[in-house]
Amino acid sequence: MTGEQIVFLVVAFFTLAAGFMVVTTRNLVHAALWLVAALFGVAVTYVTLHANFLAVVQVVVYIGAIAILFIFAVMLTRRDMRDQGPQMNKNWWLGALLAVLTFGGLYFLLQGWEGMTKTATSYPVSFDAISELGSALVSPVGYVLPFEVASVLLVAALVGAVYVAFNPRNGDTRK
Amino acid sequence: MVPLSWYLVFAAALFSIGMFGVLSRRNAVAILLGIELMLNAVNINLAAFWRYGDVRLMTGQVFAIIVFAVAAAEVAVGLALVISVYRNRHTVVADEIDMLKW
Repeated sequence: MTGEQIVFLVVAFFTLAAGFMVVTTRNLVHAALWLVAALFGVAVTYVTLHANFLAVVQVVVYIGAIAILFIFAVMLTRRDMRDQGPQMNKNWWLGALLAVLTFGGLYFLLQGWEGMTKTATSYPVSFDAISELGSALVSPVGYVLPFEVASVLLVAALVGAVYVAFNPRNGDTRK
Repeated sequence: MVPLSWYLVFAAALFSIGMFGVLSRRNAVAILLGIELMLNAVNINLAAFWRYGDVRLMTGQVFAIIVFAVAAAEVAVGLALVISVYRNRHTVVADEIDMLKW
């Protein structure tokens, strides 16, 4: 067992445990903080895959923006479900069964695939993945169209989010 | 070196945990937390396939970045809807949000 494998196993178990806490903790603020822990674990996984830019974006966008947005939303909607009442719906066992079946099915499918045991070729020494990624994102023969569509989607979604959540101070006219 | 299978099994497990959260939690914000876990599992797969294929083809990383953008859009709209519903109905339980108009 090499050092890389030990690092991967530790990070993977930590991430899965944090993810499990996200879906089972009663207190939603704690669930959001466990989500931050799980996202950090995924960022370390990107580092083990040499995807350095993705790791940085994971920390900046997911932990810096999305997780903080979650914590704000939890605090804004906290009043009625704090500590009383069940946190799971009454068919939670069906959800657990489906999740286990999904994992089993994926595992079964992956076992039958011959690329499963593939190991990585050694990483090229003088390969600059970030500049390659940058030119792939903006080159016309690359992915400029999906990139622009994603940016338009993001702008539209944020404008829509502001409109939906906007609360005019003198009386909400949409009531 | 870590074999590809470890990453794929790890991502499948994370996806299943997120799916359990989506299917079982009553709170709408907790459902969105589960969706975040599922999107992260997909991103691990994309990055792993990029690394274990030809690293000069950047498709995997490009689509991981597009998944980041879509996740940010989804969270912004989802949380805005939850906050709006909470302001009008004083509930965030997904079971009780069953009206188109009130």
